[in-house]
Amino acid sequence: MTQRTGTAASGGWLSRERTVAGPGFNRWMVPPAALCIHLCIGQVYAFSVFNKPMTMLIGGTEPAAADWTISELGWIFSIAILFLGLAAAFGGTWVERVGPRKTMATAACLFGGGFVVASLGVVWHQLWLVYLGYGVLGGCGLGLGYISPVKTLMTWFPDRPGMATGMAIMGFGGGAFIASPLSVLLMSQFGVSGAFLALGLIYFTYMMVGAIIVRVPARDWLPEGYTPPRTSKGMITTANVHVDEALKTRQFWLLWGILFLNVTAGIGVLGQASLMSQEMFPGTITAAAAAGFVGLLSLFNMAGRFFWASTSDYIGRKPTYMIFFALGVVLYALVPTAGNMGSIVFFVAAYAVILSMYGGGFATIPAYLKDVFGKDYVGAIHGRLLTAWSAAGIVGPVLVNYLREFQIDAGVPKADAYTVTMYIMAGLLAIGLVLNFLMSPVHRKHHMQADARAKPLAA
Amino acid sequence: MAEPSATSTGQLVAAWAFVGIPLAWGIVMTVKNASALFY
Repeated sequence: MTQRTGTAASGGWLSRERTVAGPGFNRWMVPPAALCIHLCIGQVYAFSVFNKPMTMLIGGTEPAAADWTISELGWIFSIAILFLGLAAAFGGTWVERVGPRKTMATAACLFGGGFVVASLGVVWHQLWLVYLGYGVLGGCGLGLGYISPVKTLMTWFPDRPGMATGMAIMGFGGGAFIASPLSVLLMSQFGVSGAFLALGLIYFTYMMVGAIIVRVPARDWLPEGYTPPRTSKGMITTANVHVDEALKTRQFWLLWGILFLNVTAGIGVLGQASLMSQEMFPGTITAAAAAGFVGLLSLFNMAGRFFWASTSDYIGRKPTYMIFFALGVVLYALVPTAGNMGSIVFFVAAYAVILSMYGGGFATIPAYLKDVFGKDYVGAIHGRLLTAWSAAGIVGPVLVNYLREFQIDAGVPKADAYTVTMYIMAGLLAIGLVLNFLMSPVHRKHHMQADARAKPLAA
Repeated sequence: MAEPSATSTGQLVAAWAFVGIPLAWGIVMTVKNASALFY
């Protein structure tokens, strides 16, 4: 018998009330529901596989004058990431109100529908339609999909919130592994527009399966054998902070800076990994080997999401970020030495660990937010914090690219052109270390009073 | 209409296979493509 409230009948199948789990529901059904969403929207990391074919839509085997250029196509990804941040920031409160199923279904319509609109843009060769479809609609689907299962997972796994969200966000990293070969396969069969259409239908269906199987726990449900802490301990609070109030706290902006710096340091390198490895080891690392290096980094980026977020359940969030920043400073500072020594093994190992911590930073932040602000509004607060990702997505690559150009223009050999960049990245992480050190529990004046918590939400 | 309540082992296995198989396929394809570049 499903536990439902009196408003369930009017809420419809997508309502929060209709997703309340009945007795005997196994909470391990919820991570696959979240992965259905994140494995799909993680496709965004593999969008570059479409770039080259989309520059030859008219020319066929090579670009024609009327074909789109790489720089024009680059905006598709940028618009999608921009709208990811906007949708996560402005849609977070709505996500909290309507629950995971309606959010997941909306994300499925936007992300899948975005591909269909983009497909029409390719057929009619109207770039603005591709921007609108994949960039705006798809980007909104990305943002809503990314935050949709976060709070639900943490409510189902109050004993291991880091592991639970780590699993979902690992899926976001893994989405590219599926999307890249799948896109190539579909393009070889149906062309770019057909591949967009097929992906739209596949992703819509897959994400809707997630919406169907997702459940929220009944009010006051707790896992067997788990006793929630009755008093705040260290960074972990038992109180709740409203999303609007959270923005007025020092802790929110410290965490914003922490995520921004961690992502900036990783994303710039991820985008330049192929070129950097070839230029630091000229003649030793070939273009083919560099592609393998990028694939390896992506694997560590994905695995780090699960590993570090799970580890944070045992050692705490603050110590986890201390490791990210302290170890990151050391490794970034040693990378130029690895280059001078000609040690590819050390170079690859250092970057593998750095990228695992980059992924770990994404995956551990929701649990950090829950510790500091409580669970009632963690989804909405997480959404607003993701603007740090959008900002870092612009700053990181620009910083690495600009510094490389500046060094080379100043006459520095290409093999040494990244030295200053690495030291600057180490410096950024050192600032992150300080910000994390400054983290403290939120003052009780920001806490919600028990009677002010409007109808506490199940998940 | 009430949601189904108790979860069977079959449902659990199916749900994890639904997400695990595509992910495993993607990782295998990526590793295969990357290693083919070396040889």
